[in-house]
Amino acid sequence: MDKRLERILPRVQKPARYTGGEYNQIIKDKEQVELRLAFCFPDTYEIGMSNLGMSILYHTMNSLPFLWCERVYAPWGDMYEEMKKAGIPLYALESGDPVSQFDSLAFSIGYEMAYTTVLDMLDMAGIPLRSADRPGLLPLIWAGGTAAVNAEPMAPFMDLFVVGEGEEVDNEVMTLLRDAKRGGWSKQEFLVKAAQIQGVYVPSLYEVQYHEDGTIAAVTPRDGAPARVTKRIISDLDKVPFPTAPIVPSTEVVHDRVSLELFRGCPRGCRFCQAGHVYRPLRAKKPETLIRQGIESLENTGHEDVTLLSLSTSDYRQLPALCDGLLEYCEPRSIGLSLPSLRADNFSMEIMQRLQKVRKSGLTFAVEGGSQRLRDAVNKNVTEEDVLHTCSIAFAGGWNTVKLYYMLGLPTETDEDILGIAEMANQILHCWRVNAKNKNRGVKITVSTSCFIPKPQSPFQWEAQISLEEYLRRVNLLRSAITARNVTYNWHDAETSLIEAVLSKGDRRVADAIEEVWRQGGRLDAWTDYFSFQRWMDAFKTCGVDVDFYAHREAGKDEILPWDHIDVGVRKAHLWHEREMCYKSKLSPDCRHQCSACGAAKLLEGGIKCDE
Amino acid sequence: MSEKLRLRFEKTGRAVYISHLDLMHTMQRAFNRAGYRLKYSEGFNPHPQIAIALPLSVGAASRCEIMDFKLLEDPDLAELPARLTAAMPEGVRVLEAYEPSRKVAELKWLRVEGLFEYDERDAGEMAAALADFFRQEQIVITKKTKRGMGETDIRPAIRESLFTPGDKLVNITATISAQEPTLNPELLAEALRQLRPELAPDFAKFTRLETYDAEMEIYR
Repeated sequence: MDKRLERILPRVQKPARYTGGEYNQIIKDKEQVELRLAFCFPDTYEIGMSNLGMSILYHTMNSLPFLWCERVYAPWGDMYEEMKKAGIPLYALESGDPVSQFDSLAFSIGYEMAYTTVLDMLDMAGIPLRSADRPGLLPLIWAGGTAAVNAEPMAPFMDLFVVGEGEEVDNEVMTLLRDAKRGGWSKQEFLVKAAQIQGVYVPSLYEVQYHEDGTIAAVTPRDGAPARVTKRIISDLDKVPFPTAPIVPSTEVVHDRVSLELFRGCPRGCRFCQAGHVYRPLRAKKPETLIRQGIESLENTGHEDVTLLSLSTSDYRQLPALCDGLLEYCEPRSIGLSLPSLRADNFSMEIMQRLQKVRKSGLTFAVEGGSQRLRDAVNKNVTEEDVLHTCSIAFAGGWNTVKLYYMLGLPTETDEDILGIAEMANQILHCWRVNAKNKNRGVKITVSTSCFIPKPQSPFQWEAQISLEEYLRRVNLLRSAITARNVTYNWHDAETSLIEAVLSKGDRRVADAIEEVWRQGGRLDAWTDYFSFQRWMDAFKTCGVDVDFYAHREAGKDEILPWDHIDVGVRKAHLWHEREMCYKSKLSPDCRHQCSACGAAKLLEGGIKCDE
Repeated sequence: MSEKLRLRFEKTGRAVYISHLDLMHTMQRAFNRAGYRLKYSEGFNPHPQIAIALPLSVGAASRCEIMDFKLLEDPDLAELPARLTAAMPEGVRVLEAYEPSRKVAELKWLRVEGLFEYDERDAGEMAAALADFFRQEQIVITKKTKRGMGETDIRPAIRESLFTPGDKLVNITATISAQEPTLNPELLAEALRQLRPELAPDFAKFTRLETYDAEMEIYR
């Protein structure tokens, strides 16, 4: 171990997250590989090690014999300061080698607030931030993750993006890079060839022109790059490699358990939801596959918990069969099985009662909108009846905590809708009084609101976000309406939501401000410990980024949106139709009842159909 | 169910940064991976019955850690060390497994080796001065106790100490009290920082080497 590192590790919090050496890490002989890849997660070890996508891609990329993929996370503030003071550059966990020696850095960017950390990690590695300032082929700096559905704010910093699921395309990009390194290609030569791989977006091959009013006039590809970059998906999830020997952290991380992914995509189509649209089409794994992978993973990791992941777990058709199969293995071994994101219906309650025989954790409902009218408008198919019915079973069964999540500022929201939130909380309180067997333990109902953020590639991508002042007015309206003493109201501040709106809907001109925030000391902005609203607002001002233009302006139907040249499968016309349905307060059927021909099914190959 | 069993293991290299609590969890998973089923406590919140005799500070290495545990079945003790080591993270190596005949309370002394690094000072001079310092009859330092800051004489907890100069460092071997009182070897460096800062090393690290009973017989 580096002598300088040895001296600082005893002084920092939780040093085990900076050392590597965990069980199941992949060690290769660096003399025997042709490419060394630093797989960078722009947040802390505890968050990154909990990310299933990172775990999957770490193993798929390491399946390439010519490549060694190692992990890199962002150090927490104390370690960051110590590394700067001691002159220790960013290093990879497996080998401990400086990232500057690597052939390539790949970033997994799941959320906008990680942007400054990406820049900081490049800087800690001693690598110029902008693609234009890196003339050589190596190191190749690329990124993927949800942020790639609007890559524009980070476009100047990245050599390329991969759009969609990485299991195949990442290995194709790395294989091409190996050929380029062998053949001594120029960076330009490599990028032009890479742009021919489906799912690869090379921002420098697209010229963006603007109208005088700031909107986009044209996005023009060159050197044969496709006019629209089509997202990559895995058509058959039962056949794609899944790591059943994931790394087991030697220190506590956020999700310290085996995670099984039931399906990708979501049949629900909530109109505010980006994930529900960009991960389509719907593809499920077979229960047999999941049970086998679950048991293998448990045996290879020694974990005591397994959890089922997906956007809407109770929509998995064979959930009872899957739970039975897993419980048969788990129960005699005292392994816990947990299901997040259940819906407020009978079926989910049955499952929950089976799984949680002893522990009564709280009930959580993402209700989103305060009235049935508004829930219909955003296509959130939860009725008050569902919620109350589920609560009545739960209260009768001994549960006594309920959490309700809402968004304020959804399109078409009125004051009446907001007051409906308080009304529902009161109804639940009444429901507890009627149904609870033991009232001595009391009941705790928590209402939380956050500020709606319009997201690219969702039906609300054209929407304006409400102002900070308006959000506060709505918060105060709700505060004054919640009077029962068993009901607590928490509201998230809207400052982060505003910055997120600018970054989500931003174009390439926002990049300067991201860099400026980083120059002023911004990093780990997803953490309230480090986020500074003022620093962002100052940077927007310095760089001439108009917050109102990006966050508070409604875009026109025919306007070219900054991300229009990224094709996630769902057609723009479908998104617009869904938006119009919102203004009519009309529900659209979920995919299981009636296919809305959103367009995502065209991505499927090999005769596979959506949701089969 | 097995009788109480004892494990002796090493914790070196990158594993020295795994904290005591994290190590307990790591052990639990390693047993699972190796296919051994630990006995759990009864009650509302069952936890595996494992006990590490002397918790090790983060950053300190050891070649003589002791952990007691029970399994649901009787294992083959001869094959257990290799099988369990294969399931461990880098730096944790199981040396032996056996049915203990002595109580943990009989463990009294620890033999440790340490490195005091001096970047700018002469190691020979330092070694001599260190020997003088630790020969004193009393070494009273201020340290955190259960009742806030208090004064403690650490000298009785140091049975012997030897200082040998090396390249920009001094090698230390010492025998220190393991229990009642427990002396964290880091306090050897801390004593210098408090009482003779000019002798305080730029960096100090320790490795536990061997466990002894009150009569200085090797403890198992």
